[in-house]
Amino acid sequence: MIRFDSVSKRYPDGTTAVDTLDLTAPAGQITVLVGPSGCGKTTSLRMVNRMIAPTEGRIWLDEKDTGTLKPHELRRQMGYVIQHAGLFPHRTIVDNVATVPYLLGWDRKRARSRALELLERVGLPVHFAKRYPAQLSGGQQQRVGVARALAADPPVMLMDEPFSAVDPVVRAQLQEEFLRLQEELGKTIVFVTHDIDEAIKLGDQVAVMRAGGKLAQLAAPGELLSEPADAFVAGFVGRDRGYRALGFSTVEKLPTHEEQAVQLGSAFGGTDSPDGWQLVVDTDRAPQGWLRAAELAPGSTVTEQHVHRGGTLAEQGGNLRAALDACLSSPTGRGVVVDQDGALLGTVTAAEVLALIEGRADQSSGTVRG
Amino acid sequence: MISYFQQHQSQILSWLGWHARLSALPLLFGLILALPLGWLARRYRWAYPPLVGIAGLLYTIPSLALFIVLPGILKTKILDPTNVVVALTIYTVALLVRVVADGLAAVPEDVLQAATAMGYRGFGRLVRVELPIAVPVIGAGLRVAAVSNVSLVSVSALIGVPELGQLFTNGFQLAYQTPILLGIVLSVLLALAFDTAIQLFTRALTPWRRAVRPA
Repeated sequence: MIRFDSVSKRYPDGTTAVDTLDLTAPAGQITVLVGPSGCGKTTSLRMVNRMIAPTEGRIWLDEKDTGTLKPHELRRQMGYVIQHAGLFPHRTIVDNVATVPYLLGWDRKRARSRALELLERVGLPVHFAKRYPAQLSGGQQQRVGVARALAADPPVMLMDEPFSAVDPVVRAQLQEEFLRLQEELGKTIVFVTHDIDEAIKLGDQVAVMRAGGKLAQLAAPGELLSEPADAFVAGFVGRDRGYRALGFSTVEKLPTHEEQAVQLGSAFGGTDSPDGWQLVVDTDRAPQGWLRAAELAPGSTVTEQHVHRGGTLAEQGGNLRAALDACLSSPTGRGVVVDQDGALLGTVTAAEVLALIEGRADQSSGTVRG
Repeated sequence: MISYFQQHQSQILSWLGWHARLSALPLLFGLILALPLGWLARRYRWAYPPLVGIAGLLYTIPSLALFIVLPGILKTKILDPTNVVVALTIYTVALLVRVVADGLAAVPEDVLQAATAMGYRGFGRLVRVELPIAVPVIGAGLRVAAVSNVSLVSVSALIGVPELGQLFTNGFQLAYQTPILLGIVLSVLLALAFDTAIQLFTRALTPWRRAVRPA
């Protein structure tokens, strides 16, 4: 756990980077600091490992006041990942990853075998070990940066816009892998970003900061979207937040209707469906898309070419956003629902999902009144 | 020229040996002095203008004047090779302070930040991260200083120091071109040898610069 206790950073020229910040980053969770540039989020992060010293207040690491620890010893207990990875260009990948173990005095063999293990863990082939950073792509360098931060298995990870400098596809991939990794490792993470979507995707809790280094709101992502504390937060979390907030509303059971499906590669026997669309599944009953009956003669084989892949899938037990999106993206208006293994359960309509959403709204307004 | 060399072989080889030593030692001492000075100039912004400025000024002192003045300051004999070594060390420092400062300044900010965040302390960071990354820049500066030293050493022949410059003074006194030409050829070869050696050494220290991205 990391606790900011009335922490401020004021500079001699009178500017205040961080203003009496009180914040707890719970153990094993991802706390995201988000805000526009100049809001003090990076300063706050760097005060945790004392790259910047606070002018007022204390920062606690569990029961220890970080101000009483030697900075270099404190830093060796905290993994640190930055935007452009900041790898050492003169060292091979394996030696980059082994940096902190070397500093902690591990013997070379142990440090290297640990580094190799981490390369695999972040999804890099082991033969990259002997390469130099300049030989890797931006996304690969960033993975090495994460591996390097994890090398000595620190309880705490500090991450400063780690995924901002890579293209959107790679970024999404890195975010997914980061969440998967965190599921396994359960580190106490403080993560800085200027991207509210990233904050909402990754954070267990999100701290929105505003210019002048003030904490505007600290909340779980869903709450941030549904109940922004003030106009600044509302503006910052941005458009479509009603829709995005549905992503944090799970439904135990969508009311599905049975849907006739034809298997890919089998003979098409026509459809009963009045709109002329027929769902196509593979041999595992995983939905592939829709085919239009008018486009192929009864008796002919159903092939990949016949499949319209427009629709997204909603998982039973998943969130309302995915359910609604499945309906809206389906050419038939019927959203396809699958079980946890990805096999077809049935379909649901937008009207039914909206009814669930309205029922949920009644409930929550009920609780407010109650 | 070749027959002249053969006739005076042992004498000329001895001068060549002296010339090499008188060029190389100041290079070594100069680098050792320039590293902390360059670090200071990089570390404290206020220190950069005076350090680099004074270093630049030192280089404008005429070498002959320095060879003559130094014995008085160092209490050495006029023919003592120490004078040449000290004088050329001053020139080497003059050239390298700026090179070291700029080489350290060229280390990317995110690399420095990462090094500090990993838990490197000041000196460890300098030796393990900053200097290795500055090697190509410092190596390039060393090559300039080495060639400059080889050429400056010959001036000390005027005060009688035994090195290749003796070929020039002899040639001049005898109005005989052959030793002068030989002196030029040997100086150039010596400078080339230094240059190549430093280049190879720099390359050996920086395998990472030759790493190419696999297609």
